[in-house]
Amino acid sequence: MSDSPMIRLDAVTKVFPGTDHPAVDRLTLEVAEGEVVVLVGPSGCGKTTTLKMINRLIEPTSGTITVAGADVTAVPAPELRRSIGYVIQQIGLFPHRTIADNIATVPRLLGWERPRIEARIDELIDLADLDPAMRDRYPSELSGGQRQRVGVARALAADPPVLLMDEPFGAVDPIVRARLQDELLDLQARLRKTIVLVTHDVDEAIKLGDRVAILNVGGVLEQYAPPAEILRSPADAFVEGFLGSDRGIKRLSLIAVRDATLVEGPIVDAAATAAEAGAAMAQHGLDWFGIRRGGLVVGWAAGSDLDGGAAPADLEPRPFATALGPDDSLRDALDAVITSHSRVAPVFDGARYLGMLTIEEISREIVQ
Amino acid sequence: MITAQAAGPFFRWDWVGRNLGAIWDRVVEHLTLTAIAIGIGLVIAMGLSLVALRWRRTYAPITWVTGILYTIPSLALFALLVPFTGLSTLTAEIGLVSYTLLILIRNIVAGIDGVSPEVREAAVGMGYTRRRLFFEIELPLAMPVIVAGIRIAAVTVIGLVTVTSIIGQGGLGFFILRGLNSFFWTQIIVGVALSVLLAVIIDLLLAGGERALTPWARRRGAG
Ligand SMILES: Nc1ncnc2c1ncn2[C@@H]1O[C@H](COP(=O)(O)OP(=O)(O)OP(=O)(O)O)[C@@H](O)[C@H]1O
Ligand SMILES: [Mg+2]
Repeated sequence: MSDSPMIRLDAVTKVFPGTDHPAVDRLTLEVAEGEVVVLVGPSGCGKTTTLKMINRLIEPTSGTITVAGADVTAVPAPELRRSIGYVIQQIGLFPHRTIADNIATVPRLLGWERPRIEARIDELIDLADLDPAMRDRYPSELSGGQRQRVGVARALAADPPVLLMDEPFGAVDPIVRARLQDELLDLQARLRKTIVLVTHDVDEAIKLGDRVAILNVGGVLEQYAPPAEILRSPADAFVEGFLGSDRGIKRLSLIAVRDATLVEGPIVDAAATAAEAGAAMAQHGLDWFGIRRGGLVVGWAAGSDLDGGAAPADLEPRPFATALGPDDSLRDALDAVITSHSRVAPVFDGARYLGMLTIEEISREIVQ
Repeated sequence: MITAQAAGPFFRWDWVGRNLGAIWDRVVEHLTLTAIAIGIGLVIAMGLSLVALRWRRTYAPITWVTGILYTIPSLALFALLVPFTGLSTLTAEIGLVSYTLLILIRNIVAGIDGVSPEVREAAVGMGYTRRRLFFEIELPLAMPVIVAGIRIAAVTVIGLVTVTSIIGQGGLGFFILRGLNSFFWTQIIVGVALSVLLAVIIDLLLAGGERALTPWARRRGAG
């Protein structure tokens, strides 16, 4: 079962009537069950066309597509589509239906019993992290981010094994987008759907994809690999150009802080003498030190705080302005380092101090 | 008799009092003629709109033909029909229906065309069949525009019903015609005032009906 792909495109070509160049050209692509595959590429490269051929909104000119082992043309198109979740950029919520009724769309099409539908709506409102009070509101009464969540909830309503998403976060601002991306990853960790997601944003592709398919104009597949591999060894000049000149920094976003080597840093016990604090600072070439009290690192103090002959015990520790968690990426760490006065980023797991990252540690992770 | 009436007061409430039954009958007749015309007009317009939506090239000829029907002077249309269908309700209804078609078809087609492509794509992508898409998504979303058309058509028809009095129909138009023939102002005023009142009431009822049918169109909150 897990050996055969969930979605398989075999030499799929689409030539739109009245055009002489194919929009998608002999594309062969396999998506494993439970995998997130992101299609990315410049505008007009055939991403949307590829996606829509999977749920037959567009019929291929030649080639075959199978979902869960069955040719997509084996059943009538509407029936096929009810078994595949579909989310588009503009979301397309039905303005005349409440949020609950929007979510109930596919279960109703499938003829579920009323109590089962009601129970499922509650489940999805919870899953999508929506306020239950929104149940009876209309889409026009929601914010963009909320609508997006409803769109995803609606696509998941009948628990389809496959989810197709065309630039699902393209219409929301960057902050909301980042949060929705995190929520999707969170959802995916629990639901293990097979997802094909289209975007033109490389960073989004790297963040969300288990594998990324980079398409070139004319629907030509340039590289199909996990993001780390694509960033480490781009297949050709096109891919390299498409990834941009900050490939190294992009790779940082794939490495979690927990996987990096941390340094202990100039941490001294609250009972330490001023001389011991001075030695710790000198050892790390820093002009501040962390203060540990009762096994917990409670904050930091500047070297100049000791100038008046004070001991570390006399000082009021200052809280760290930015602290990283083990799940943050090295890209977040880099940002924290370069924006902090101390040029290091402390890492905490809850209240527990794990160590700190400096520019040297971060760059060592990419170079190795 | 005629002179006696003409010499009386301008508006004779006693005449109204004595003829309440007859006035009510004419109001009912007026409403019946209107309702039948709008009902049949809607059915025909819906059919032609479906044809126009399905085969786009038929839209121009359909609006062209119904446009001509709409522009023929009503008096002339009824006169033309009498040799074929006589001084009958059928004649009246053929004329009345033909005036509703252009308005209704235009609004139905515009309403359905106004449904946003994303909504349609999402619906089809989730597995709506063509038929269910039309009845469950497109038609409800087009409803405000369609009802706007029905309101115009209803007000137009209520006005035109009075003209059918010349072929022996007419609802309240009966009083207007009789009053004009006998210079009896009371009858004219009753006919005119009540038909205007009917138009206003029906328009308000339809507007209220639309509000009740489309709660989603009213609530516009955070964009
Ligand atoms: N219905 C159509 N008829 C003709 N050509 C089409 C049609 N749909 C898409 N195309 C063409 O096919 C090519 C691929 O289009 P597609 O929408 O798949 O691109 P895309 O990768 O999704 O681009 P974008 O990032 O801008 O959304 C484009 O050149 C487009 O103009
Ligand atoms: Mg696209």
